[in-house]
Amino acid sequence: MISTLFLTQLQILINEAMTEFSAPDYLPALPEIFLGGISLILLTIGVFVGNRITTLLTWVTSLVLIAAVVIILSLNINDQITFGGLYIADTFGTFMKCLVLIGGAITLIMGMSYVKNEGMKRFEFPILILFATTGMLLMISANDLISLYVGLEMQSLALYIVAAFKRESIRSTESGLKYFVLGALSSGLLLYGATLVYGFAGGTSYEAIGNIIESGDLSLGLLIGLVFIASALAFKVSAVPFHMWTPDVYEGAPTPVTAFFAAAPKIAAMAVLIRVLIGPFYDAFDQWQQIIIFISIASMVLGAFAAIMQANIKRLLAYSSIGHVGYALVGLASGNEEGIRGVIIYLSIYMVMTLGAFGCVLVMRKRGQMIENINDLAGLSRSNPPLALVFSIFLFSMAGIPPLAGFFGKFYVFMSAVNADLIGLAVIGVLTSVIGAFYYIRIVKIIYFDKPKDSFDKPINIEITATLTLTGIITAFFFAYPSPIISGAAIAARSLLP
Amino acid sequence: MEIGLTHYLTVAAILFTLGVFGIFLNRKNVITILMSIELMLLAVNINLVAFSTYLGDMVGQVFAMLVLTVAAAEAAIGLAILVVYFRNRGTIDVEDVNVMKG
Repeated sequence: MISTLFLTQLQILINEAMTEFSAPDYLPALPEIFLGGISLILLTIGVFVGNRITTLLTWVTSLVLIAAVVIILSLNINDQITFGGLYIADTFGTFMKCLVLIGGAITLIMGMSYVKNEGMKRFEFPILILFATTGMLLMISANDLISLYVGLEMQSLALYIVAAFKRESIRSTESGLKYFVLGALSSGLLLYGATLVYGFAGGTSYEAIGNIIESGDLSLGLLIGLVFIASALAFKVSAVPFHMWTPDVYEGAPTPVTAFFAAAPKIAAMAVLIRVLIGPFYDAFDQWQQIIIFISIASMVLGAFAAIMQANIKRLLAYSSIGHVGYALVGLASGNEEGIRGVIIYLSIYMVMTLGAFGCVLVMRKRGQMIENINDLAGLSRSNPPLALVFSIFLFSMAGIPPLAGFFGKFYVFMSAVNADLIGLAVIGVLTSVIGAFYYIRIVKIIYFDKPKDSFDKPINIEITATLTLTGIITAFFFAYPSPIISGAAIAARSLLP
Repeated sequence: MEIGLTHYLTVAAILFTLGVFGIFLNRKNVITILMSIELMLLAVNINLVAFSTYLGDMVGQVFAMLVLTVAAAEAAIGLAILVVYFRNRGTIDVEDVNVMKG
């Protein structure tokens, strides 16, 4: 009796499903479909041909990433939701995806010689980067907690492997292990928050959650869920107090991987944080603003003080990146269009500076050995003046000295904070950036005034030279032609806010 | 006594907390950490299925399936990294994961 009832019900369900089913609109998700398909093809080729085509695969992968940028820009879709509400394509996503893709392509090209010299020349490397980038695009475009989780995991699983990719090195495998454990913990926090939000809002889509909160029904369960999700995403952007994995992972991972970590996943996670907080949780602004202000201040202060004592350049850049996340969060704490525009500008400039700085770290090689001590930079101004100049440009820019690019990034976020009546936050930001300037300028002093040690290996290969030239020019002459980034960021921010 | 949503949520919350504490308080073995991670994800699944039944909504169960799948992939990658680490270090004690500090 019961089973026949069940069967008839099932029949009705199936009939409904058959009549309702129609193919979703695939066009908005074309970049992700393109990247996913290509990565599978490349993986198959790699399996059959083996490690001798690693260099070719790396070039192909970077071209594919650039091609994805072209696809995204030529589609130029604004506000289109597809796959039953799981996926959204908008201008904000377009801007962030382009940043992530360019960051991925540049790190791949820049790291090619390192991969060859350090015995990491296995064909999986570019393909894992491609998988991670695909995951990042998915999570930037997620419009539902489920697609957010799947995108995030696709990114993270690939990143755990690349962190431990130099598998005969203790430090690389240890950093992979640490990254895995803390990354899995943060995924668990995200999921737990997502389940609470699902249960108390009655749905996982951003619209459903947004509607519930807009109706003024912010239950305790939703609030706890919000806190869990926000802290999990703070893990991914490495904001204090969830930053403890960052220095170890940045120090231990192979340098091109560290450069990738600092550029692409951080921007993607920041985009997700912005989309989640400004989208479904927009009406809970008063609640999350306090959290964001707290982690922003904590990150700026820790980034400024903890970096002073570091002797390892990668570790120093890790603390510096924690500080930069704090500055970017200042804009998010304002929570208005101007603030979001500030965050987007900050992230774009941050990516360029970081790629440049890690490009300089990749050059630090003596007699075939990679070195990471800051003191080894002594006398660089005499042995290689152009490199010394470029490195100093990046360091001054990170310190926020006008007229370099970093100054404008800080200027826009602090202005937005002042206009949103967060004057205390802006003051703390300025103070910490003054303290932070100390350790950046200390490196410049070592480069220009300390007693020379033996020089780095020459010649610097063409890929790194090209990257350094490009990022150096953008950083130094941003003030002359800032309009593409600033107007693009303004359009992106406008598309996000309701 | 009727077993309702609250009971399931309580069990899930206890399991989740156990998982988190297992990661932070455990000083013995990295395998224990992997098991704690699994515990957290299973607690999440209990939550999802309980909410799904309570709301009469299938999305929660679909989510639970996805979580299961990803958890399997995550465990595989975790073990792979652990094996590579063990080859280098010869130990998987949590206290020995300390080449980098600062």
